[in-house]
Amino acid sequence: MSDQTTQEATETDQSVPHPTDEAGINAAVQAALAAIETAGDLTELKDARLAHTGEKSALSLANRQIGKLDKTEKAVAGKLVGGARGRVNKALAARTEVLEEAEAARILVEETVDVTAAPRRRRAGARHPLSVLQDRVSDIFVGMGWEIAEGPEVESEWFNFDALNFKPDHPAREMQDTFFIEPADAHLVLRTHTSPVQVRSMLEREVPVYVLCPGRTFRTDELDATHTPVFHQFEGLAVDKGLTMADLRGTLEHFARQMFGAEAQIRLRPAYFPFTEPSAELDIWHPGAKGGPRWIEWGGCGMINPNVLRAAGIDPEEYSGFAFGMGIERTLMFRNDVPDMHDMIEGDVRFSQHFGMEI
Amino acid sequence: MRIPLSWLREYAQVPADASAEDIMADLVKVGLEEEDVHRPSDTLSGPIVVGQVLSLVKEEQTNGKTINWCQVRVVPEGQEQTLTGEGIEPSGVQGIICGAHNFVEGDKVVVTLPGAVLPGDFKITPRKTYGHVSAGMIASSRELGIGEDHDGIMVLSTLGLDPELGTDVMELFGLTDQAAEINVTPDRGYCFSIRGVAREYALATGTSFTDPATTVKVTAAAEAGLPVTLADQAPIYGVPGCTRFVTREVTGVDPSRPTPRWMASRLQLAGMRSISLIVDISNYVMLELGAPLHFYDADKLTGPITVRRANPGEKLTTLDAKERELHVEDLLITDQSGAIGIAGVMGGTTTEVSDGTGRVLIEAAHFDAVSIARSRRRHKLPSEASKRFERGVDPQVMQIAAQRAVQLLVELAGGTETARVTDAGEIPAPTVIELPAGYAERLIGVPYTDAQTIEALEGIGASVAQTAVGFSVTAPSWRPDLAIKEDLVEEVARVVGYDQIPATLPVAPPGRGLTRTQSQRRRILQGLADFGLTEILSYPFVSAAQNNAFGAPVAGTTVDAVTLANPISKEFRFLRTSMLPGLLDTARRNLGRGFRDLALYEGGLVFLPGERLGSSVLPPLGVKPSDEVLAELFGGVPEQPWHVAAVFTGHEAAAGAGFTPRAWDWADALDTARTIADLLGSPLEVAQGSHQAFHPGRVAALKLNGEVIGYAGELHPQLLKDADLPARTVAMELNATALMAAAPAVVVAQHLSTQPLATQDVALIVDEHVVAGDVLRTLREGAGALLEGIALFDVYQGKGIEDGKKSLAFGLRFRSADRTLTADEASEARAAAVALATEKFGATQR
Repeated sequence: MSDQTTQEATETDQSVPHPTDEAGINAAVQAALAAIETAGDLTELKDARLAHTGEKSALSLANRQIGKLDKTEKAVAGKLVGGARGRVNKALAARTEVLEEAEAARILVEETVDVTAAPRRRRAGARHPLSVLQDRVSDIFVGMGWEIAEGPEVESEWFNFDALNFKPDHPAREMQDTFFIEPADAHLVLRTHTSPVQVRSMLEREVPVYVLCPGRTFRTDELDATHTPVFHQFEGLAVDKGLTMADLRGTLEHFARQMFGAEAQIRLRPAYFPFTEPSAELDIWHPGAKGGPRWIEWGGCGMINPNVLRAAGIDPEEYSGFAFGMGIERTLMFRNDVPDMHDMIEGDVRFSQHFGMEI
Repeated sequence: MRIPLSWLREYAQVPADASAEDIMADLVKVGLEEEDVHRPSDTLSGPIVVGQVLSLVKEEQTNGKTINWCQVRVVPEGQEQTLTGEGIEPSGVQGIICGAHNFVEGDKVVVTLPGAVLPGDFKITPRKTYGHVSAGMIASSRELGIGEDHDGIMVLSTLGLDPELGTDVMELFGLTDQAAEINVTPDRGYCFSIRGVAREYALATGTSFTDPATTVKVTAAAEAGLPVTLADQAPIYGVPGCTRFVTREVTGVDPSRPTPRWMASRLQLAGMRSISLIVDISNYVMLELGAPLHFYDADKLTGPITVRRANPGEKLTTLDAKERELHVEDLLITDQSGAIGIAGVMGGTTTEVSDGTGRVLIEAAHFDAVSIARSRRRHKLPSEASKRFERGVDPQVMQIAAQRAVQLLVELAGGTETARVTDAGEIPAPTVIELPAGYAERLIGVPYTDAQTIEALEGIGASVAQTAVGFSVTAPSWRPDLAIKEDLVEEVARVVGYDQIPATLPVAPPGRGLTRTQSQRRRILQGLADFGLTEILSYPFVSAAQNNAFGAPVAGTTVDAVTLANPISKEFRFLRTSMLPGLLDTARRNLGRGFRDLALYEGGLVFLPGERLGSSVLPPLGVKPSDEVLAELFGGVPEQPWHVAAVFTGHEAAAGAGFTPRAWDWADALDTARTIADLLGSPLEVAQGSHQAFHPGRVAALKLNGEVIGYAGELHPQLLKDADLPARTVAMELNATALMAAAPAVVVAQHLSTQPLATQDVALIVDEHVVAGDVLRTLREGAGALLEGIALFDVYQGKGIEDGKKSLAFGLRFRSADRTLTADEASEARAAAVALATEKFGATQR
């Protein structure tokens, strides 16, 4: 309304009809409707509105004159001019709606982006697959009602060896390639397996005990494609009345099928471990193995040696138990086809990020 | 242990066409794991035949070498060559160039004919050389891959052989034999012998077996042998070092005789070198019967033998020509000259058999496993003998093994058996184990019949007597590993077959799920990954410098660390006290591989030695220690809290079209720590910190109840430069064990007010050294109970603010639990907050 130029421009274009001049009024209405109809966008429509309904428009000026008319003329003129203004306003509203819709549609088209060019502003990170696998294994056993137990990595030699029935000076003790802690008379080692957690678990809990002990273990191997001095194991332990090697087999079979599918099978071969008697090596029939299904060495297991139960104060005449242990790195290697140990331990972000949160 | 098949066949029913692979597939069922196959014919193939040098013409070459142009007959005189092929003369006489000079016309030699392939894929073909066509090769033992002969080609007469011409050398030398290599577990020492493996093979296949020990007839002692005294003055664990010592004597031995090829071939397939006939015989008997023997040159012995521990300062030069300082725990074989050997480990040079030996004294003794193991370790002398003694040798086999050696020395070395026999010491009483009926079923879950139990136990060599309550089992003398009834159960189970064990699933009592700490740890590890960081796992081995830089906050101080006695790298022999060295190494490795934008984290244990490291007690096996001893064991294990650390470098994302990512900075490190606290619901306080590894002005001390539990901020520029890491790399580390413990056990709900919010802003001018966090805490304290929240929204220094001062602008949100606050109430609370800030920091309103 404050746009003087527009108002002056429109004023000169129109002659003002008398408020009772039906033809004149209708002509003004027709002119307004034509201007409204031809307005191509909201700006043109605004111009048309100012020209035909603004203060200086023919209809407004005609309306203003009504006050000066006599009573009879007033009624006729009021009806005529009011009706005319109503028609124009209605047309304006309708056209506004049409043009606003068109305008909105145009903006939406103009705002089109190339979604394929979008930058990645924020990414989820990744867990280490060894860490995820450890959780996965734990969950399977938690689902069976087992507990998860943990222990220290620097461990008392007694828990790592003696309590597990490793005789001093026995070759089995040496075969563990142990990292010893200084001084020697402190009798501390970096645990060579997660088995000391077995003993701790038995000492800390009342029987029956069903625990899974995952964790980091250490041996003095040089790093190569299949060895690393720092690796992970999970070890299971069950002590209860009447447990047998058949229970061990059943537990391992259930677990293997959770991990590798319903077709997975396990095979036991006689072996030797100081802490189990009888002992067995455990092979798994891996249906999804790269290069076709086959038997793969997976870990060791057996019935807990009575000396181990005794070391934890459990009477082997009353209770029996079984234990098993597998390497997490090894499991990941054959489950997920990791060809080289280096990839697992070097921390190359590509390795973890490829897995993301899953394995 | 490597088992030559021809040898195994002597005592077990091995099918004629069985391969090493077949044997291993059977042995694995009884617990002897397959390792490898050794088969000379995999790399060596004929025609390789015996030939005779008919003529030999020496031809001098321009390069100064002299070669021999030989005519070699490879079929018997008067016969025709039946072999065909390019370069094989139908006449049976081959022309061959030979560079060796250790043979003469008439010698029988080994001829590799055209078509033969030697180790290293060396194909023999006729070839033109030195002006002749050489159709074949006169071979050395090295070329055949059966020895390390440096003297030249093999002259068969020197090996004691005079075969017919044309004889297949592969057969003659036992090169068609093969060996199965199996892994023997430490409890099964008896399987370090053909005797033991043959028995296991029979058990695995259900076939019969001849015990080689029963095929030897021991000559009765007619005369007294060399006197031997067993005088262990310091037994280890109360076990005498030597319990039995048998000697035999053979005279008139010809040490110059060659080892027969069949013996050399078996030794070689078994992984031992053929050294000399006498030494080879001793090794052969050891491999066959599992009893390590020692042969002395009897003429070099001085008087009777005493087996005793070493005296302080005693020395011995062992067969490897090293003079060794002996330890008082070393068990020695001595004569009147002093030490002549470390028992069961290695003999001495003074009584060594040599090419001048005519009279051999055979020692077949039984030594204590622990004593041998310690001497072997101490002197770093692993040997075939010590390997067997450490795992237990059959104490009953001494006489038999000695007799077998006598027999071979007579047969092969031309010796004469004497009846001078010494048998000192005693055979220990056999171990008798009671196996209750049904016990094997109780432990295995298979209903073994009595017949199965007895058959299995007799199969392993035990004798079994049925009693009213079960079985009384006398363990075989070669099985010292059988001591308890569970050992017998394993024997029954493995002989019947582990594949007979069914699968049943035991039901655990109702569980409690993950512990609180386990859940918290998972939440942190998963939360940081969700937050965009990538988890890594690093080794905990660090250098002293790394540990001090990251584990000791104050520059110039050091941190106590746990030290490895036998590290992989001497420099990195300490266990980490901080996670950051491993994370930074990993970051650097990734940077080196072209990844410039990194956000890495790791959770793991750090190792903090306390005042007491370890414990001097080491309780015995098989007994629960007393509570006091257990407490000492538990208490000696150093504290190992679980830390979480993170490191950031580069940008939060890769740059993209129309997108400039933000560079990680110190606040991201701090945010990570705060996120961890959020994930746990634990309180975490942040204060200006100081740590030598961090930028002195850009590090936060992370506190829990006033105690510092970690740091976050920008790493020290100099440290980054020295470590070759990008400037502005930021990091954080905290003791998550402490933070997890501080999480509320039960979170009490906040009672939400729906009353309207009243907001008030305040800008305070304070000294520039005053930190915002302190002012914020003060305002919160001063504002009282109506304050719902407060946030710093601007920090300003510059125009309008006095030098040395800064303006801090805070937004305060007030809400009452039960009514609409008036403007005055909100203003009053704000004024109270400002008043306290003024009091504490001299703050003025801007």
